[in-house]
Amino acid sequence: MSNPTYTVIFYLFAAITVCSAAFVVFTRNVIYSAFSLLFTFFGVAALYVFLSADFIAVTQVVVYVGGILVLLLFGVMFTNSIMNAKPKSDVLHVVPGTVLLIGIIGAMLYTFYTTHGWMPSETTLQGSIVERIGFETMSRYVLPFEMVSILLLAALIGAAFLARFDKPGK
Amino acid sequence: MEQLTTIGLNHYLTISAFLLGFGLFAVMTRKNAIVILMGVELILNAANINFLAFSKYNGGMEGVMFALFIIVIAAAEAAIALAIVINIFKIFKSVDVSTVDTMKE
Repeated sequence: MSNPTYTVIFYLFAAITVCSAAFVVFTRNVIYSAFSLLFTFFGVAALYVFLSADFIAVTQVVVYVGGILVLLLFGVMFTNSIMNAKPKSDVLHVVPGTVLLIGIIGAMLYTFYTTHGWMPSETTLQGSIVERIGFETMSRYVLPFEMVSILLLAALIGAAFLARFDKPGK
Repeated sequence: MEQLTTIGLNHYLTISAFLLGFGLFAVMTRKNAIVILMGVELILNAANINFLAFSKYNGGMEGVMFALFIIVIAAAEAAIALAIVINIFKIFKSVDVSTVDTMKE
């Protein structure tokens, strides 16, 4: 795991993820935030590949970039008219928010780096895990799998119902 | 130096701590409802990185399955939240959450 190329590529993707996530939060333009979120999602997908979860990485790209990001961009375009040339978003509580940001990150990093008890197992995940995901989905997790599919169906029907256009006569 | 060049659990936990912090900052400080949703997505991604990192170094499949279910729940959450935001925009002509102060039309 101390292969230099591996390390450099990991740091590259980590920098892309963290910097674009910071840009999402600190830019005032909503469109810039949405497009920066694209790079965050791709960076996180690359980190999933490093964590030998290739199937989760592909799912991340398909669902987040192909679905959620398009929904968010649709929301941005729908709620800011094109003629309105400043789709800015105001901020409030900046000082408590910054204190919370620094406090949360500092406390978590302090905890992670002062805990010396991380003992990696001898059998870390290696290679592709698609086959094991298939077995787990159809054996131990078959009930949660079915429940989550019904939940997703109900949520999408509910979303279509909530966002429908009103009939003109009413 | 050994700490920096050998990629271990702490590296992934650090990235996820940063994503969680940025997501909380967005949820707390932004007025635009869509940017708040983006913050929630960042928080969910941070949780996913943690699940997968612990799953890799533990060798079990629990974290991977949880990450898969979290992605599905995030898709459902985004769809419902966007529908609510569009309704708020229809009623209040704005997605500024500080102006949404009534539950009746």
